[in-house]
Amino acid sequence: MRVRVDGEEFVAEPGETVAAVLRGSGRDAWRTTRIEGRPRGLFCGIGVCFDCLVVVNGVRDVRACLRLVADGDDIRSQGWEEVPS
Amino acid sequence: MRRVVVVGAGPAGRAAAAATAAHGVEVVLVDSAPKLGGQYDRQDTRESGDRFALPSGVEYLPDSVVWAVEPAPGGHRVHVRTGPADSPERAGRALETRALVLATGAYDRSLPFPGWDLPGVYTAGAAQALAKSQGIAVGDRVIVAGTGPFLLPVATVLCSVGARVVAILEANDPVTGWMKRPGGAVAGWGKFGELARYSVLLGHHHVPMVRRSAVIAANGTDRLEAVIASRLDHDWNPVAHTERRFEVDAVAIGFGFTPQLELAVAARCDIEGGFVAVNAAQATSVPGVFAAGEITGIGGAELATHEGTIAGTAAAKLLGARVRVPFRAMRHVRSGRRFAAALQSAYPVRPGWKGWLRDDTLVCRCEEVPYGELRRAVGGLDIGGVRSLKLATRAGLGLCQGRVCGRNVAELAGLADAADGFSRRPVAAPVRLGELAEDTPVESER
Repeated sequence: MRVRVDGEEFVAEPGETVAAVLRGSGRDAWRTTRIEGRPRGLFCGIGVCFDCLVVVNGVRDVRACLRLVADGDDIRSQGWEEVPS
Repeated sequence: MRRVVVVGAGPAGRAAAAATAAHGVEVVLVDSAPKLGGQYDRQDTRESGDRFALPSGVEYLPDSVVWAVEPAPGGHRVHVRTGPADSPERAGRALETRALVLATGAYDRSLPFPGWDLPGVYTAGAAQALAKSQGIAVGDRVIVAGTGPFLLPVATVLCSVGARVVAILEANDPVTGWMKRPGGAVAGWGKFGELARYSVLLGHHHVPMVRRSAVIAANGTDRLEAVIASRLDHDWNPVAHTERRFEVDAVAIGFGFTPQLELAVAARCDIEGGFVAVNAAQATSVPGVFAAGEITGIGGAELATHEGTIAGTAAAKLLGARVRVPFRAMRHVRSGRRFAAALQSAYPVRPGWKGWLRDDTLVCRCEEVPYGELRRAVGGLDIGGVRSLKLATRAGLGLCQGRVCGRNVAELAGLADAADGFSRRPVAAPVRLGELAEDTPVESER
């Protein structure tokens, strides 16, 4: 499968989470906090903490630790101005 | 059609579904993960096939989140969305049932310390989940810290995916802890064999276990570069001049578990001491609602399985099936609960952790509330409950809705018994507005 991470193309395998793909791309943080602008990535890893939110195919607030990648997914890190809704 | 609805496919939920089906009653097993297992038996999602099998008569709904439970005539209505996590394209179902079994499990409790918001700091559960389901090590050099026997399997699985576990720091002194309740230790004798096996494996990997120690700070600018560990006294106050710096790229933290109570609270089940209160048949205070596994008390997979068997049987009986009383499971539950109580007293969270905080240490990660601000906001106010605490401090108002910080900020503000207060969420899991607006047909029992 092929997916894009912030515009760059990566190969992914079925059953991988978005978080695993992001880590595989060399990132350990992909969200910026709203108040202090601090980097966040995985923390709880099981969908509880909401630290790992990303934008997938234009949809915000997707938990990267839970979401399995699909072929052609366009994954983008979520900036501080993209306040979770 | 009469059916039991079971929420959660961990050890308790699977056992409940199997027990219900064994009595010839239809059952729907709803779980948010793509594969059976829950946290303890988490499977690798990249591998095809399933390690677990369900008996026929179980309708299994993977990738399905229960976002609300509400009363319906004679029972409850369970609102489900099925599809990729957090996708707006999930399909909705509303299942009515007269017998609902909640087996929603628990997640790690983490305690704040300076720098715990840096990337590279993980919960122990995250380290385990990434290793088990994706084969990924959270770091090359990792420290595992916190309290409880769960730290051992986490360190073991980290070694198995190639991490170098520099040390396990256990904040309590479990040997003296167990001596206080020898009966409970005997009741859980099988567990000691399991722990001994982990200890041998960790010995092979030369992983030292240090008692009465904790990570009290994490250093780094934009990611973790090192942690500061300290010896602790009995109450977890750092002992002066015992600080030691470890250069690591990851730390996995676990201070016991917090039960996932939203659905039980939404169903108005009585909560006692932070857990769902149940009787010998795993029935909650609400007719037609049963609970099994970690939401009734932290006791491990074996106890959860036996509780699930009892709950599934009781649910089948409620729907009119002739059942055999599960005496064996009930006996195991009695001894398992003694073991769980002993576990609780050997690995408590002690108050000294509050001394690890600095004024700029975040206590709420989502709303980025530092400890100093929380203290100023609480000082002089009459904080009577969770709601006022949230409004006065913003802690617990953010993305995770207090799932991570709730117990900690309640303790810092001097609120006792805040567990159900932080679990009161009409919408138990995130859904998008479009999904809420959708008209979902109700599948009633008949």
